Amino acid sequence: MSIAAVPLWVVILVKSAILLLVVVTTFAYAMLAERKVLGWMQLRPGPNRVGPWGMLQPAADAAKLILKEDLTPRSADPLIYRLAPFISLLTAFSVYAIIPFGASSAGTWAIGNVNAGILFLMAITSIGVYGITLAGWASGSKYPLLGSVRATAQMISYELGMSLSFIGVLIIAGTTSLDGIVNAQAKWWFIGPQLIGFLVYIITAVAETNRTPFDLVEAETELVAGFHTEYSGLRFGLFFIAEYVNMVTVSCIATLIFLGGWNAPFGLGGLPVPGLVWFVMKIGFFLFLYIWIRATLPRFRYDRLMAFGWKVLLPVATLNLIITAIIVAFKG
Amino acid sequence: MRKQLYNVTAILKGLSITFKFMFAKRPTIEYPSVKKQHSPRFHGLHELRRYGDGKERCIGCELCSSACPANAITVIGAENTPEDRVSPGERHAARYEIDELRCIFCGMCEEACPTDAIVLTPRFEMADYRRGSFIYSKDRLLVPPEAGVGLAPDERPNGIPSDLGRVADIKSTTDVDRGYGATHRGEILKTQTKGLALLRPDQDNNT
Repeated sequence: MSIAAVPLWVVILVKSAILLLVVVTTFAYAMLAERKVLGWMQLRPGPNRVGPWGMLQPAADAAKLILKEDLTPRSADPLIYRLAPFISLLTAFSVYAIIPFGASSAGTWAIGNVNAGILFLMAITSIGVYGITLAGWASGSKYPLLGSVRATAQMISYELGMSLSFIGVLIIAGTTSLDGIVNAQAKWWFIGPQLIGFLVYIITAVAETNRTPFDLVEAETELVAGFHTEYSGLRFGLFFIAEYVNMVTVSCIATLIFLGGWNAPFGLGGLPVPGLVWFVMKIGFFLFLYIWIRATLPRFRYDRLMAFGWKVLLPVATLNLIITAIIVAFKG
Repeated sequence: MRKQLYNVTAILKGLSITFKFMFAKRPTIEYPSVKKQHSPRFHGLHELRRYGDGKERCIGCELCSSACPANAITVIGAENTPEDRVSPGERHAARYEIDELRCIFCGMCEEACPTDAIVLTPRFEMADYRRGSFIYSKDRLLVPPEAGVGLAPDERPNGIPSDLGRVADIKSTTDVDRGYGATHRGEILKTQTKGLALLRPDQDNNT
């Protein structure tokens, strides 16, 4: 039986299983890396007790979270309360159905190749906020509610700037499919002509994943733990996984749209290095940037966060879009 | 506009500082495996000493008990008999108990003792699960006969540092004293040693 005879759904199932494993492993070690790097930047050694160099720390954490009791507060809406972490996690994972990781002569390395890939990405990542909002709402407790109210407002203000920062790239590339955008960057990465769009995207991506300095949703100094205050055990773990997977997701998107995807940097294309390696290195850079920013910047005040989103990012992204559109229209 | 520009440069400056700190030397002392060197005059767990012939130094005079500001020491003396000579003097301690939870480790028992029998060692890891375990009686306080006579107060490096904790004058004291006033993290790193071995320079170490 040749490979071509294998039914499509089996191929997709196998691909999905492999990808799921890779993404979960990435999550585990992104978390360890975050704790290590954060420790170094604060003159601490970071976790180093479990396994050599702390390498088994994620396994220890997972075992702990699984063994913890799964509590549901009496005032909570039980069905939605239990469902919310899965909404977060499912949306976080389903994005990987269309993200291309590399290309060979046989085609693009992705589970599904959608021709409106960017629209799909935007739609799915926007659903992710429902997990947070519903979790806070269904907890039936004040701090989670405040966290989820913030999540909603923050998401509306930042998704606008984020979408607008994409559109400049779409105009230049002339396509909404992700591999089309990457192929359009074979010569020039879009970070050059779309530098402003890139900066806006980086900032809004931090807000989108609710990380410092935009982590008002779970601001522990004011809201205990925000939307996941009432969650414990594995359900808390699911939110935790979703946050890190979302981090990897926005790093993937930034790499695909602005940093040339799997194209080699600095004219190193002649080297016998698979495109996947460049892709992973670029993602690693973005993950480090995230941790680095977290170690450096304090949390925004809530009103300033909203003002920054509406009065700075949105006008800047719009201006960038208009200028890009004019230049493309006149140059042809 | 200038203010906004200043904000951006401030963020970049902050990022550069955190990046530099990533490669900075860390002051962490990984405690159970690496131990910080304490002052040679550190007051830790008590020890009841012996003479070279194995006899106990304690003569059961109860001066430590009356000197103790925390009422942590209980001594009940007894006469020595020709058949059972526990100490060289007339009397010895039949019972000698210290409640280490009451003890404030001031060292006044050590000062009051006429025979240098009770001393404070540098041992400080006394954690236990039950309150009762903190009442140390003679079986745990007395130096075992095979372990020699115990640590004499004047065997510990002598001399009181004139600065009592100020970093500036460390140079004037002996090298072992460096850990004492060295509160600056760089100084602590230099004095990190394997355990308390350094306090007993005669025993298997050459650091």
